[in-house]
Amino acid sequence: MENSNTVLFRKELAPDVYQIRVHAPLIASERRPGQFVIVQVDSDFGERVPLTIADADPAEGSITLVVQAVGKTTHRLADIPVGEGIANLLGPLGTPTHIERFGRVVCVGGGIGVAPLHPIAKAMKEAGNHVTTIIGARNQSLLIFVEEMSRISDEVIICTDDGSAGRKALVTHPLKELCETAPKPDCVVAIGPPVMMKFCAETTRPYGVHTIVSLNTIMVDGTGMCGGCRVTVGNETKFVCVDGPEFDGHKVDFDNMMQRLGAYRKHEASAHEQCHLDMEASRLEERRRADGK
Amino acid sequence: MSHREPSELAREAGAKLREVLAAGPLNPKDRMAIPAQEMPVQDHVDRRGNMNEVALGYTPEQARLEAMRCLQCRNKPCVAGCPVAIDIPAFLKAVADGDPRAAIDIIRRNSLLPAVCGRVCPQESQCQEPCTVGKALKNVDKAVSIGRIERFAADMEAAAGTPDVPEVKPETGRRVAVIGSGPASITVAADVRREGHAVTVFEAFHKPGGVLLYGIPEFRLPKSIVEREIAALKAMGVVIRTNFVVGRTRKLSDLVSKDGFDAVFVGTGAGLPKFMGIPGENLVGVFSANEFLTRSNLMRAFDRARADTPICNCRKVAVLGGGNVAMDAARTAVRLGADEVHLVYRRTEAEMPARIEEVGHAKEEGVVFHTLVNAKRFLGDSYGCVRHMECLRYELGEPDNSGRRRPVEIPGSEFMMDLDTVIVAIGNESNPLIRQTTPGLGFNKWGNIVADDDGRTSLPNVFAGGDIVLGAATVILAMGQGRKAAQAINSMLAAAPKT
Repeated sequence: MENSNTVLFRKELAPDVYQIRVHAPLIASERRPGQFVIVQVDSDFGERVPLTIADADPAEGSITLVVQAVGKTTHRLADIPVGEGIANLLGPLGTPTHIERFGRVVCVGGGIGVAPLHPIAKAMKEAGNHVTTIIGARNQSLLIFVEEMSRISDEVIICTDDGSAGRKALVTHPLKELCETAPKPDCVVAIGPPVMMKFCAETTRPYGVHTIVSLNTIMVDGTGMCGGCRVTVGNETKFVCVDGPEFDGHKVDFDNMMQRLGAYRKHEASAHEQCHLDMEASRLEERRRADGK
Repeated sequence: MSHREPSELAREAGAKLREVLAAGPLNPKDRMAIPAQEMPVQDHVDRRGNMNEVALGYTPEQARLEAMRCLQCRNKPCVAGCPVAIDIPAFLKAVADGDPRAAIDIIRRNSLLPAVCGRVCPQESQCQEPCTVGKALKNVDKAVSIGRIERFAADMEAAAGTPDVPEVKPETGRRVAVIGSGPASITVAADVRREGHAVTVFEAFHKPGGVLLYGIPEFRLPKSIVEREIAALKAMGVVIRTNFVVGRTRKLSDLVSKDGFDAVFVGTGAGLPKFMGIPGENLVGVFSANEFLTRSNLMRAFDRARADTPICNCRKVAVLGGGNVAMDAARTAVRLGADEVHLVYRRTEAEMPARIEEVGHAKEEGVVFHTLVNAKRFLGDSYGCVRHMECLRYELGEPDNSGRRRPVEIPGSEFMMDLDTVIVAIGNESNPLIRQTTPGLGFNKWGNIVADDDGRTSLPNVFAGGDIVLGAATVILAMGQGRKAAQAINSMLAAAPKT
């Protein structure tokens, strides 16, 4: 059994958000909810980027990734056509989510965080929990996985910043209401932008509701070797790649984590801009060739 | 140390060699009188701006002269100092006689990686430490430069073209899994494959070579040398599977119980960087040496124009530690254009574990050494970026368990250093991945796999060697362990008939 890393399916879920299914039978059969892969699109000069696994089909030997094209590597990854392969794919990495019958579980997903939340919510449901899912996005066009989440949740609450779908609210509003309503949740799983996870943790803290967050930090190897992914959790240094990616949200130092995520922002911005210029140039070149014919 | 032009060293050596050869047979006194040959190196100003290898290697004349300095003494203390017991006087004699090809054949009887070990072994504390010539001249630096001659012989072999593929015995139908692709694993793969067993090497990274690739910089060990060793394995029929992390992609026990491997060798190295547990160590700009070096070496971030992987724009850098990794990190920072690089070590230079040559090179390149100093905490700005390091001064007290004098802090000696980058190079712990996912495999309290002299672990058919057993050690020790484990695997497979 070998991973060919061939892209089997590719679909744009929302502007700049792509769902891709990749042939990787080894990863598909071993992965558990909460685990991630490292992707690299060029063996010599490419960057290694961690991406959480959104779904897996061991029968087909495939895994599903959801990618937001926010930088050079993610753009290039999202651009790989069906039938072609990803240069390097390593996984599954990280400690799987601790799944048990907690009782009432609230799953909160923001932006593309809904994708990695999906297998966890599914496993929580299968373990016999009552699952309420809160999905948040800036607007309706950025909502993803609504149908998939509806299938596996007892209740789905949709929030958008502009009110274009569901409630015009941040995900923390319904989360707070659920915490205030008996029976209150036994466990909350929040995955999304760091600032969303931070405020979800702040929301549940006064109610003492156990809150799990899944962190996506900068990594090189993803196996514990570099320590670039380290975060401060309860005043201890932890490695997201081997100790995580999930931690007790009430103990994570989110401010430090967000600062560390920004360590290469300048570099990323210029690489991203260059990537857009290159894409634009190749589009113009294509159009010129088409016009020439 | 003033820089001497390689051409000048070559000319001098040429003249001296003619003189020595004309004088006829050498007695020990003549040999002792031959000047120790200086390693030609890149000019220290030029090399601050490039990643090319610093030590350029002996010329044939230099190598012969240096080898002639060997007294061929009967008790061979150098052999006892070599972790893999290479017949050093014999290969030195071959080089002295102008036959480096014969020399390499002698070395290869015991060592698989002469081009690597000639460059990275700490010879001054191994083979060269007890050298009679160095003892007679009362200076270990004047010992015969065995490592440089070994490197010469290996480089001559490489320059002569593709070496012969080692003979592989007829296929036995037995299969051996090797986990990791660093020096211990390369050795096991080659030695086991030679006996006709099928070998698959599993590597987590996208390129094989382990620490030789991601850890040791190009300026100390050119990657082409590592690639050559890997190519040699492939030519022998060893299968290398990259992007495969045993413990996660597949469990170790599944390799045996489901995938039909008859034996497994674990050579996963010491892959979890230590931090000091002091305030501020998670500020932006504080890196493990592993991360800093991997970005530069494996991910090629040094090549800023082409690499997608970024590396910090460091200006004022502090490197914490006194080993080879600390030197590598400091010298990489120099090459990345740092204005100031400070090496901070809590003992004195005499206790530094780094090779003397690397310490010398670092100093020549402008790295400022602060000994008997250690970091107490890091302070950042409002963006969470490191800006200052509070340090404490130390003095040496009574010897500790390692026999080295224990550094003791001097109360009230705090002082501040301004900086924007800190690289922590105080060693590694063992990687927990295999431990967490392999029930029944015995580990000690430091997380290292417990193995006997032949690499046997607590699990049947599972062997281990290198840093995952030793803790952080050296390439040659890893290779030596690989040799023994390979022998044990080969005899185990020979004794147990295929079922």
